[in-house]
Parts: sequence; C-alpha cells; structure tokens
Amino acid sequence: MIEFRHVSFAYETGYPVLQDVSFTIQEHESVGLIGANGAGKSTVMKLILGLLFPSEGEVYVHGIRVSKATLADVRKMCGFVLQNSDSQMFMPTVKEDLLFGPLNYGMSRKEAEEKADAVLEQLQITALKERYNHRISGGEKRMAAIASVLTMEPSVILMDEPTSALDPYNRRQIIQVIRSLSVTKVLTSHDLDMILDTCQRVILIGNGTVQADGPASAILRDQKLLEANRLELPLSLQKPVL
Amino acid sequence: MNKAEYTLREFYEMDELADRRSPVHRFSALSKLAVTVVYLFVVVSFDRYDLTGVLAMALYPYLLFAMSGLTFGMCIHKMRYILPLLIFAGIFNPFLDRNVWFVIGSVSVSKGWLSLAVLIVKAVCTVSAVFLLIGTTKIDAICGALRRIHVPSMLVTLILLTYRYMSVLTEEVAVMTDAYHLRAPRQKGIDVSAWGSFLGQLILRSMDRARELYASMLLRGYTGEFPAEKQKGDSRSLIHALVWCSVFLLLRFVPVIRIIGTLVTGGKV
Ligand SMILES: Nc1ncnc2c1ncn2[C@@H]1O[C@H](COP(=O)(O)OP(=O)(O)OP(=O)(O)O)[C@@H](O)[C@H]1O
Ligand SMILES: [Mg+2]
Repeated sequence: MIEFRHVSFAYETGYPVLQDVSFTIQEHESVGLIGANGAGKSTVMKLILGLLFPSEGEVYVHGIRVSKATLADVRKMCGFVLQNSDSQMFMPTVKEDLLFGPLNYGMSRKEAEEKADAVLEQLQITALKERYNHRISGGEKRMAAIASVLTMEPSVILMDEPTSALDPYNRRQIIQVIRSLSVTKVLTSHDLDMILDTCQRVILIGNGTVQADGPASAILRDQKLLEANRLELPLSLQKPVL
Repeated sequence: MNKAEYTLREFYEMDELADRRSPVHRFSALSKLAVTVVYLFVVVSFDRYDLTGVLAMALYPYLLFAMSGLTFGMCIHKMRYILPLLIFAGIFNPFLDRNVWFVIGSVSVSKGWLSLAVLIVKAVCTVSAVFLLIGTTKIDAICGALRRIHVPSMLVTLILLTYRYMSVLTEEVAVMTDAYHLRAPRQKGIDVSAWGSFLGQLILRSMDRARELYASMLLRGYTGEFPAEKQKGDSRSLIHALVWCSVFLLLRFVPVIRIIGTLVTGGKV
C-alpha cells in the first residue's frame, strides 16, 4: 500500500513541483501515473523511494512513513526501474548486476544465480547474461535493468517509462511480464496504450496536483481531459481517420 | 570514437581483464591483496643503491604475468601516463648525486645513475604489482577484501564509487564532446570560450549521474558491506599468500643475487 498525504514538494524554493497531492494505492493494484513532460511523475516515484523527501505532508509505504530512519525498510519492499537505465546498471556484467541485490539481501550465491536465471528466462534475455553492460544497446540495457529489479522480488514495483527505448517485440514482452506480476505496480509512461494494457487505475498529474484519479478505461477515453494535459487518446482508442 | 570514449573503453577493459580465467584469477581477493601490499612495502623499503636487491623482486611480477595470461606490454600501455612522471622525478638524480659509482676508462659514472636505475625498477615493479592485482581481481572483490581486513566501510565505498564515478565522468565527457563537435564540425578542440560552461556542465551532469547510480545501489540493498565472496580452494590462496610473503622477506633480507653471483664466479670478482 502506498499513501500520499497532502504532499508538497519543490526542488527549488518558489518553484513547487507538487502541491497538496493525496492518493492511496492499495495492495496488488496497478496504477499508471500519467502527465505531460515535467509534470512531476518521476518526482512522485522518488518520493515513494525516499530519494527525495516532501517539503510538506507525508508518504507511507505499507504503513511505514518514509523518512531517513525507515529508508532501509521501505527500499527493501520497493523495486525501481529508473528512467535512465545507464544509471541503473553499475556492475561490469549483466549477470553480476542481477546478483547484486539478492546477495546484498543475504541470499546464497546459488539461490541468487537460480533466481537470476529464472528472471532472464522469464524476460527471454538469457543471451544477455554474460554480456558487459557497456557493450549492450540501450534497449537491452533497459531489459537488463528490469531484470535486475525483478530478481529482488519486491512487493512494490515502480517503473519509470519502462517501454521507452524498447522495440515492439520487447515492449510486448515487458507488457506481458508486468501483467503477470501480482505485486503492487506503479508505472509512468507516455505510452498510454501500454498503460491501458497494464493498469486498472490511472492518476493524472498536471499543474502540480492530481487532475484525475480513476479507472484507466474511463480516464484514457476522456479526450478533453487528456488534451488539456497535453496528452492524447491511446492509439487503440482513437477512431480510425480513414 | 572520440578520445574520451577511447579512454573509457580502456577503462572498462580492466573489468574485462579481471573477468578472465587463470590460476591467478582464482586466488581469493584477500590473498592477492595481502601479497600486493606486502610486496609494495618490501620493494619500497630497498636501499636506493641496492639494484641487485630490487631486481630480484622482479621475480614476482615476472611469474605472475606468466601465470595470469596478462602481459607486461598491457601493463605499460595502461600505465603509460604514470611512468614518465616517475622517470621525470628521478631524472635529476645523476646530476645531484655525484658520488662515483664506477669508472670506465676516464669517464666516472655517478651513483646518481645507480639510484635512477633503482627508482625505475622500483616504479616498474610496483606499478606491475598493482596492475596485476586489479587486472586479475574484480573491483567489488577487492572492496570486499578491504572490508574483511576492517578498512572502514566509508573508505571502501569511496573507493568503489570513485572507480564507478570515473567511468561516469568519462562517459559524460564523451557524450558532451560529441554533441559539441556535431554542432561545431570545423573546430578541432573545444574553444576556450566554452571551457567554463563545458566544465561546469560536466561536473553537474556527472554528479547527477553518480547520485542516481548510488541511489540505485542503495535501492538494491547496498549498505557499505559486501556479500562475502565464497571461493573454493581457499587453502590454495592461503599457500599463495604465504609462499610469496616468505619469498619477499627472503629477498629483502638475504642478498640472493649476490650470493648466487659469488657461488657462480667463485667469489673472484
Ligand atoms: N534535480 C532537479 N532540480 C530542479 N528541478 C528539477 C529537478 N528534477 C526535476 N526538476 C523539475 O521538476 C519538474 C518535474 O520533474 P519530473 O522529472 O518529475 O517530471 P516527469 O513528469 O517525470 O517528466 P518526464 O515525462 O519528462 O519524465 C520539472 O519541471 C523539472 O524541471
Ligand atoms: Mg520522468
């Protein structure tokens, strides 16, 4: 469960990014955070993970208030796929990156390797296992980054633009994987078709506040609302022009 | 590929070297770290005129290059920026230290030449030893070993981050120089007027990247501790460490080369 209670945040004083944002995400829910560039989606994710702290209000994860003192507990529950995969992978090889999390949380090497193999299999990227992180493509890196998060079996998964940079096949692959996960999921994306495919609920952020919060099928059909927030109907819901 | 990218590639290649397989790679990081540290101390401790003494110490890198599949050439290539500095530091010795070493005909060779030679041998030996350590051991294994000998975790994290940060920094340089040259195709270097903003941007960007990297380490449970490496054949590593450390001490306190020389020539020189 993730809860925002009257959260405000600003990177620089005088330029608020979020103002009085409140919402609650239940366990096992999958929620799409949408909004224009710079609306504050990544910021919301960083607040959940305690990479940033609200200037006002509180953030709770599974009932624990996110603060300096609770960081370790909160982060243990959360897996985060960063918008920039280059920053996510820091070990020399993909395999070692996948092992890093599980080993840190006390899994034996053998268990961790089995886990890594299973995840690679699940994402169909076993071929990347022994590759060096600096020698794989952007999209491959993204797949590997997602794998590195899945190996940790988090109970909350946060993905910032998981499908950007992916080719259509890998995009479908990721959508399948996201759908198959039964944990709490929060995704951001400008790929609204992906959101429609994977999320029951959508939170639309704009002008620093929650503009809309409700079932994905309703919000993503609301052309006026979307366009007011610099978004468009998902392709699959657009009427054919011809 | 621009210059920065080339450097970057070389930097990453150290990781790849460390990922090879050889008897030396298989020794535990702790044993290699210990051997290297003892070696460095012993080499540095030789008297500045004791050329035969330090020469004997070259035995260690010589054998390890052979065993690990790395070559001395690679080492010199990677360390090419450091060596000239060392030679520069010693180049004045022959002129400052004019005590006579030996005389050929009417030319007397000063002891300064001897100490320059010792300095160069010492430099080559220590640089090779460090290269052999990082070329056969992964950085996280080295950090783990440092933790095991109770080096403060703050310091170890710093080493690890510096290592990662260097690659982040060079990556940013590579991207930024490319971006610059794409928009200033006729220029050779980067114009002086742009240096300030270029540097400022570079620092900000690489700090941001480093912060994200560190965050993603934290998010995957990094606490400054390293999961203990489990390696089989730890008795072999132990023997490796013990044998080498004894050899170093022997070479340090017994003038082996001189004794061999005396035996071979019957002490008639
Ligand atoms: N480190 C920072 N310092 C100052 N301002 C920042 C910083 N990071 C982001 N911002 C600002 O905060 C606002 C929200 O940024 P955020 O990254 O959360 O947007 P986003 O919704 O994720 O956008 P995108 O769709 O482009 O990823 C933006 O206006 C941005 O300019
Ligand atoms: Mg973002």
